[in-house]
Amino acid sequence: MGRRMRGQVLLWSLQRISAAVLALCVIVHLATILWAVRGGLSAAEILGRTRGSEAWLAFYALFALAAGLHAAIGLRAIAAEWLGWRGRGADALWLAAGLATAVFGIRAAVGLYAA
Amino acid sequence: MEGTLTVKVARSEGPVEYQVPARANQTVLDVVSYIQRELEPGLAYRYACRVGMCGSCAMTVNGRPRWTCRTHVAKVARRGVLELAPLAHLPVLRDLVTDMAPFFEKWRKALGHFRPREAPEGEIPDFALIPPASPERQQADAGIECIGCGVCHAACDIVGWNPDYLGPAALNRAWTLVNDLRDGAGAERLAAVAGDAGCHACHSTQSCTAVCVKGLDPAAAIAGLKRRIFWQDPFGWGGG
Amino acid sequence: MIRPTRSHPAWIGFLVHRLSGLALALFLPVHFWALSRAIEGEAALDRFLAWTEDPLVKASEGVLVVLLAVHLAGGLRVMALEFLGWRARQKDLVAASFGFALAVGLLFALHVG
Repeated sequence: MGRRMRGQVLLWSLQRISAAVLALCVIVHLATILWAVRGGLSAAEILGRTRGSEAWLAFYALFALAAGLHAAIGLRAIAAEWLGWRGRGADALWLAAGLATAVFGIRAAVGLYAA
Repeated sequence: MEGTLTVKVARSEGPVEYQVPARANQTVLDVVSYIQRELEPGLAYRYACRVGMCGSCAMTVNGRPRWTCRTHVAKVARRGVLELAPLAHLPVLRDLVTDMAPFFEKWRKALGHFRPREAPEGEIPDFALIPPASPERQQADAGIECIGCGVCHAACDIVGWNPDYLGPAALNRAWTLVNDLRDGAGAERLAAVAGDAGCHACHSTQSCTAVCVKGLDPAAAIAGLKRRIFWQDPFGWGGG
Repeated sequence: MIRPTRSHPAWIGFLVHRLSGLALALFLPVHFWALSRAIEGEAALDRFLAWTEDPLVKASEGVLVVLLAVHLAGGLRVMALEFLGWRARQKDLVAASFGFALAVGLLFALHVG
């Protein structure tokens, strides 16, 4: 297997591993949404749940990391097939975009924890 | 069924419409042969066995790739109209004839040929060790009846979007050989079918399985390759 | 008209999975940006949440919840095929994934009301 192909297999595996993580996270997320929207959302209610909670911080940080990577690798496939964006440069950009989104999400999770 | 059948053929020069007599129990290949013999001697098409063994007569019939020798007109004609075109995703040589060379080149790239396992030094390879009824042999047999007609390749959207993609037929062949205990090229073959041009390009649209004339399941074969590669070497570090 | 090679349940499942994934991937940075309001404090987050009370925004949230549910269920179907070899009854599994998304959407509509 050449280097190029190894990278492609790695991206596919990351996509499936992040999918497995996301499957659990999304179930928790959907349940939380359905629970929380009853009677309307308020900052006090949301922050009451997340403020100072290491468990929620860890959950949302993992969730954001998996979602950022998963979304970027998925967009990479769509861009390759529907727009013809291929190659190592595009791959590097997608990986960077995925990690940047993840960092952005983790920053938001820290905000919910520290607010 | 009596009367006439309207057949629109996507010829190299452009679409041409023919009227042919509609008969009971005629196949699409019968209709094409009638056109070539009675109406248009210059019409190019391909067939050999006429009984669903050789895989050479496939073409697009009313938008869907099919083996024409085993496709009854009555089943596929819409309001007495047949639209015929060459197979998709392959270069057209002339009229209804496609160049199958790129298709079989992908089989070669996927290491789609049997390579016997090396026998230990001084021993004679024993090919009779695997009973036909054993689960191992049955797994290899699952995809072995492929006749190489190119119907799944023509139906696969991923092949259309990514011309380098090896496609369902070549990957089904590779999975068949990966499961053949007599074969000795397993690791090399898994490496040949990995990555964006290989099994990892498949999105499980399962059009290949939906159109396979032999009732095979290339989509499941490709899933099998992904699974095998994942558990052997998920990050491409070269193990296994 | 849908192409004949695409008129089968697994292909519809693929298309729904791809389009829902595309929408969710584009929404993700917006979602994180909205959440990051919390960094500015409770009042800033509340101002943003007041905006989401608009019926049109609430309806969009409902659509996103359905997209998330259908992408989850469709993804599990594909992973079951890839990792467990669940090849049988794809039609039923696609239908079940759509049914799951519909149920989640209805629950959201009931709870939000």
